[in-house]
Amino acid sequence: MRAAVITFPGTNRDGDVSRALRASGADVTPTWHADHALPAGTDLVVLPGGFSYGDYLRAGAIAARANIMDAVRAHAARGGLVLAICNGFQIACEAGLLPGVLVRNANLRFVCRRQTLKVERADCVFTGHYRRDQVINVCIAHGEGNYICDAGTLARIEGEGLVAFRYCDAAGSLTPDANPNGSLNHIAGIYSANLRVLGMMPHPENLTEQLTGGADGKPLFDSLGRAA
Amino acid sequence: MKARVTITLKNGVLDPQGKAIEGALGSLGIPGIASVRQGKVFDIELTGQDIKAAEAALNTACEKLLANTVIEHYRVEFPG
Repeated sequence: MRAAVITFPGTNRDGDVSRALRASGADVTPTWHADHALPAGTDLVVLPGGFSYGDYLRAGAIAARANIMDAVRAHAARGGLVLAICNGFQIACEAGLLPGVLVRNANLRFVCRRQTLKVERADCVFTGHYRRDQVINVCIAHGEGNYICDAGTLARIEGEGLVAFRYCDAAGSLTPDANPNGSLNHIAGIYSANLRVLGMMPHPENLTEQLTGGADGKPLFDSLGRAA
Repeated sequence: MKARVTITLKNGVLDPQGKAIEGALGSLGIPGIASVRQGKVFDIELTGQDIKAAEAALNTACEKLLANTVIEHYRVEFPG
């Protein structure tokens, strides 16, 4: 697995996601936003978390128009893998790689805490090392993670099984209190129609070793690292 | 020539910031406010004088960057 981890001005999770990928067996090439091409042989593009361009205009809006994004769109159009985390998810939506948009959290608060998620499917390249309906404990840290889209898009995402993760309580129930940001249907992450692009607000790269308080993020990188 | 681009949220899109502002105006005792929706304004200085060309360029700017048309409407005006 050859991964290109893109750094935009204001990206701050590129280091940890690269470390998590390498620990799971991937070759990682740091890639600069102003480049026009991805490294040769890239299997996976990672859009990491952070605050690209200080969230100016809309979160992810300016990064989504960076030079490298034409190459990322072409990579996705060829069926290449894209993992977009937190600000990366916002960038992926703004760039048209995924439908919908992430708006201000419904309670207007920046949330930074541990959060339980339900794994909706374990039959794709990102989640093969999880079990379906497994409840995992991860970190969230965002002010604009409230996923919304129009009713037709939501029906399509749900109908085609494109929800990757949902916010839930420790028992796996979708209680109102377990939704940290107001996202439609508790959506924490979604796939593209071909299941090759994953966008998610939580940070799996924060918890890949017991040393940092848990390792529930590691199976995601193991699933990817050992694929292809 | 000057142009003004106004971005507003589409109907039905939740606006928690507008709601918070609405609440704050209520607590200030300002009367008669039914609801508040927050938007954005861009004042843009143009190099040419051709309104038709400028309008086309600014519509493209809105579609490509200034607005997210999933949730937002835009309006381009040329105030006096």
